[in-house]
Amino acid sequence: MKLLVCVSKTPETTAKISFSGDNTQFNEAGVQFIMNPYDEWYALVRALELKEKAGGSVTILNVGPAANDTVIRKGLAIGADNAVRIDAEPKSSLFVAKQIAAHAKEEGYDMVFLGKETIDYNGSEVGGMVAELLGQPYISFATAMEVNGNTATITREIEGGVEVAEVDTPFVLSASKGLAEQRIPNMRGIMMAKRKPLKVVAATDATDLAVVASYELPPAKSAVKLIDPENMDELVRLLSEEAKVI
Amino acid sequence: MVLVYAESPKGKFKKSAFEAVTYGHKTAQVLGTQCVALTLGDAENAGQLGKYGAAKVVSVGDAALNNFDSQVHAAVIADAAKAVGASVIVVSHSSSGKALLGRLAARMDAGSVSAAKAVPTNDGGFKVKTNVFSGKAIAEYQINSANKVLSLMGNAIQPEEVGSDVAVEAVSVTVPASRVAIKEVKTVEGTVPLPEAELVVSAGRGMKGPENWGIIEDLATTLGATTACSRPVADTGWRPHHEHVGQTGVAVRPNLYIAAGISGAIQHLAGVNSSKVIVVINKDPEAPFFKAADYGVVGDLFDVVPRLNDALKKYKANS
Ligand SMILES: Cc1cc2nc3c(=O)[nH]c(=O)nc-3n(C[C@H](O)[C@H](O)[C@H](O)COP(=O)(O)OP(=O)(O)OC[C@H]3O[C@@H](n4cnc5c(N)ncnc54)[C@H](O)[C@@H]3O)c2cc1C
Ligand SMILES: Nc1ncnc2c1ncn2[C@@H]1O[C@H](COP(=O)(O)O)[C@@H](O)[C@H]1O
Repeated sequence: MKLLVCVSKTPETTAKISFSGDNTQFNEAGVQFIMNPYDEWYALVRALELKEKAGGSVTILNVGPAANDTVIRKGLAIGADNAVRIDAEPKSSLFVAKQIAAHAKEEGYDMVFLGKETIDYNGSEVGGMVAELLGQPYISFATAMEVNGNTATITREIEGGVEVAEVDTPFVLSASKGLAEQRIPNMRGIMMAKRKPLKVVAATDATDLAVVASYELPPAKSAVKLIDPENMDELVRLLSEEAKVI
Repeated sequence: MVLVYAESPKGKFKKSAFEAVTYGHKTAQVLGTQCVALTLGDAENAGQLGKYGAAKVVSVGDAALNNFDSQVHAAVIADAAKAVGASVIVVSHSSSGKALLGRLAARMDAGSVSAAKAVPTNDGGFKVKTNVFSGKAIAEYQINSANKVLSLMGNAIQPEEVGSDVAVEAVSVTVPASRVAIKEVKTVEGTVPLPEAELVVSAGRGMKGPENWGIIEDLATTLGATTACSRPVADTGWRPHHEHVGQTGVAVRPNLYIAAGISGAIQHLAGVNSSKVIVVINKDPEAPFFKAADYGVVGDLFDVVPRLNDALKKYKANS
């Protein structure tokens, strides 16, 4: 099985969020970046498990600048066979998806894995876009997958429950919690990663159709109103009369 | 023209469909055009979408569309948009809406914004706001392409009745064959799914064990709320996974989020900080959750939760 895992780089969860240049840019100073957890913990690991069982190869792909190579090396350390970085600033989802699709069309993968969403932009967009550009089925938010020959049985999250779908390769899927268990790279993996191929390729032409014009921080929360634990009638009164939520 | 896809799971509209039509209507007003609603598969009483501002309702009634396949649905929606001459498409930010958003954007070569939280403005460019960094900031996107696709975040705006029922017209669109076979659907019946819930009662490790959840369920029943939990609670199997709220679980946006025995770690807050009102019950006055709360009760949840339940029952009986 020839498998592709798309990985993105995001600020680590506890990073302080601030903006510069008239609130048009995310301020990266002092921010630590990580591989997007959905990509690393679930998409990549499930792809590796499939390869370990049925053979084949796992390629990881990132659309981004040279600074992303550290994140890509981590993916290689966890076990991917090789990596491709498409050298471009990822400013919009459709731009990124067009880069991924161009690469995937050329290579012809059996499955393309993505994460459920990036934890910075929370878009959940790229997966559907890649699937459409490739003309393939898209199973989003997969929490479990069994593969039998060319047929995959995938459990995916829907409102208030799950759905089990059957689909033949090739297809695109996005990974949610449950699809696999996180793997920590070991020393040997880290050493081997240094010698694994990381190919840098030029971007294909595409324009950014939707871009961030400006950022703002949410209005500051006013201080918490503490209620006497003996007096829950008061809390109910406030929820009804002041907050008007019940 | 603005086209709104109004989802009708099992043939019925949910509140999110009315929100989407209201949003589409307002977007159409901003653009000086009209809003058309689209239904796929079974959709009972589709004419009612007119009440929320749809100038007309078009439908593709093919029963094959009762099963969701993003590939099939996106093709049908894009063709219907062409048929009615729409360049702006609105979908709900639901599990199917999220899959459709990307597909439609790619298919129509459209700029897109995911989980829009406010009506667009069109004053020196078409701009839409959405939450980013798990609710820790807001970004305003500008879409520069002629075609535009938006998904609307749940509970971001309330449905508004501005008109009356309208006629439903069938549009003729070819429905491609699906390459995905749905084998089984398992949903919890009777409760509002978390992403759509307006009232949520959530609990964490402070509960000590799954056997104690009765007081949380009682409180949820009194309120008509959906239950949720923190991640370790789902990971240890005290509660089902679909209740797990936070950065790696479900993101909720209710009017009221009550959290009992949850410390308020940043990863938990990421999934709940868009709630309108947050009530925190914790015995530790230093728990970080109090900083994100509107109302706080410092006390033992095993006393406070039943007491709150009694107070609510009294309130419900009198109102
Ligand atoms: C990358 C990453 C992603 C994560 N994603 C998520 C996520 O999506 N969602 C999530 O929830 N967590 C997530 N976590 C875990 C998160 O960091 C916290 O560990 C978790 O939220 C803590 O759960 P808790 O508040 O239930 O438990 P604890 O932190 O143990 O807190 C229990 C609280 O209960 C209080 N308490 C105890 N007894 C009582 C009592 N009798 N009455 C009242 N209060 C009492 C205590 O004072 C304490 O504040 C993630 C962590 C990482 C590293
Ligand atoms: N710059 C990128 N390079 C490679 N993959 C990406 C990139 N951005 C997003 N992805 C993939 O798309 C998924 C969904 O991202 P998003 O649509 O931004 O929420 C991520 O989990 C990644 O798998």
